[in-house]
Amino acid sequence: MGTTGIIFRRELANYFVTPLAYIFIIIFLVMNGIATFDLGGFYIRGQADLQPFFSFHPWLYLFMIPALAMGLWADERKTGTIELLLTLPIRLADAVVGKFLAAWVLSGIALLLTFPIWLTVNYLGSPDNGVIFAGYLGSWLMAGAFLAVGSGMSAITRNPVIAFILTVAICFAFVASGSDIVLGAFSAWAPQILVDAIAALSFLTHFDSISKGVLDLRDILFFVIFIFSWLLATAIIIELKKAN
Amino acid sequence: MIDIDHITKKFEQFTAVDDLSFQVAEGEVLGFLGPNGAGKSTTMKIITGFLAPTSGSVRVDGHDIATDPMAVKSLIGYLPEGAPSYGDMTTLDFLNFIAEIRGYRGAEKQRRVELAIEGVALDEVRYKTIETLSKGFKRRVGLAQAILHDPKVLILDEPTDGLDPNQKHHVRELIRNLATDKIVIISTHILEEVSAVCSRAIIINKGRIVADGTPSELESRSPKNQLEDYFRTVTHESVSHEAVPQAKEQV
Repeated sequence: MGTTGIIFRRELANYFVTPLAYIFIIIFLVMNGIATFDLGGFYIRGQADLQPFFSFHPWLYLFMIPALAMGLWADERKTGTIELLLTLPIRLADAVVGKFLAAWVLSGIALLLTFPIWLTVNYLGSPDNGVIFAGYLGSWLMAGAFLAVGSGMSAITRNPVIAFILTVAICFAFVASGSDIVLGAFSAWAPQILVDAIAALSFLTHFDSISKGVLDLRDILFFVIFIFSWLLATAIIIELKKAN
Repeated sequence: MIDIDHITKKFEQFTAVDDLSFQVAEGEVLGFLGPNGAGKSTTMKIITGFLAPTSGSVRVDGHDIATDPMAVKSLIGYLPEGAPSYGDMTTLDFLNFIAEIRGYRGAEKQRRVELAIEGVALDEVRYKTIETLSKGFKRRVGLAQAILHDPKVLILDEPTDGLDPNQKHHVRELIRNLATDKIVIISTHILEEVSAVCSRAIIINKGRIVADGTPSELESRSPKNQLEDYFRTVTHESVSHEAVPQAKEQV
């Protein structure tokens, strides 16, 4: 196993040593239940699909994922372990990717544990399971995008709460820029190309099309490139701010 | 051999390390002395590759830290200031993690971890969570991870800070037993420690070397034949001349 794998395993195991993993998973499942059945009108719609379930994920992630990401680097800085970690014979990229992957896999585990809702919809009707699979994939990719932002913001400060707030603010911008309210405000005066550009940067635009079952390579690439860019930014920030 | 060649480290306006050069050869135990803020920790962070110097270079066994950091980091065991470790892990898990990062697997990994646990007497806390340990044990966990790969170069930033006299004695014994073919650099505020374990001492002040010699040489340079006395003579410019006697009276 390479060093990325060793770091990944330590980080993931650590989530389960502390109550963090369990709290994250339980709250995530409870919130998903409330959102889907109460707010989303899962039964009233009378349709065998998971649209109401997935449509709340961007807003759920907006405060859940930053909580998961805020400690990634801020805690290392706060406790001084960053000095221990980065003087071991590893590359900075191994640490950045290993830590990110651990948090991403945890969010994936939480997402997989929503499977009863998938069983329910299959029991009640005959949904298009291909669309549901695409929805899960899109949701997990989007969680990765939130986490990558969180990783970068966590590298900026030694205070996890500041990292949390910054991550929420930036992610909110990336979610909201695809909402009708923001796009409507721009389309009144701005040229169409600018409106399209803003929409193209939004998580919502790409997630919506994936979760409707349209597995367009461009939407997947958006998230992959987005994650890569923010992880690169994380590494650069750590390199620049190591001294303080 | 460690070759430190004209390193300077600036933090915006402040120069923490100012054109520092020295060599350390195999078998030497170098005591790194200086007042707080003199640049001891910064120099250690540069040698271990945590910080890059603003200018100058560091070579360990011929490997340049800037161009071949992995080789240098493999050669070094490092105890950072305050002995940071992952508090949520148990002692054993933490040392296993370090051993894996250092490239050990299976039986060899187990052997290394057991040797380190034995070397700093951690057996009774192997299954305890590190954050629940006393300061002395935490320090020893930090030492254990530093010596786990039997490194050629050992860099210890204030290894006995906050330990009781017995624990201090134990750590010094450990350093003495290590030292035959290794390079050891320890920073400390405790001057008696230098006489006890070091074969050479460097005193730095404001990022520059103000004294370099064996502990007994440095002692003999003071009229009272005391290292403490000499230390104050070469570093006192940070405190005004009147302030010292005044402070003494107050005490």
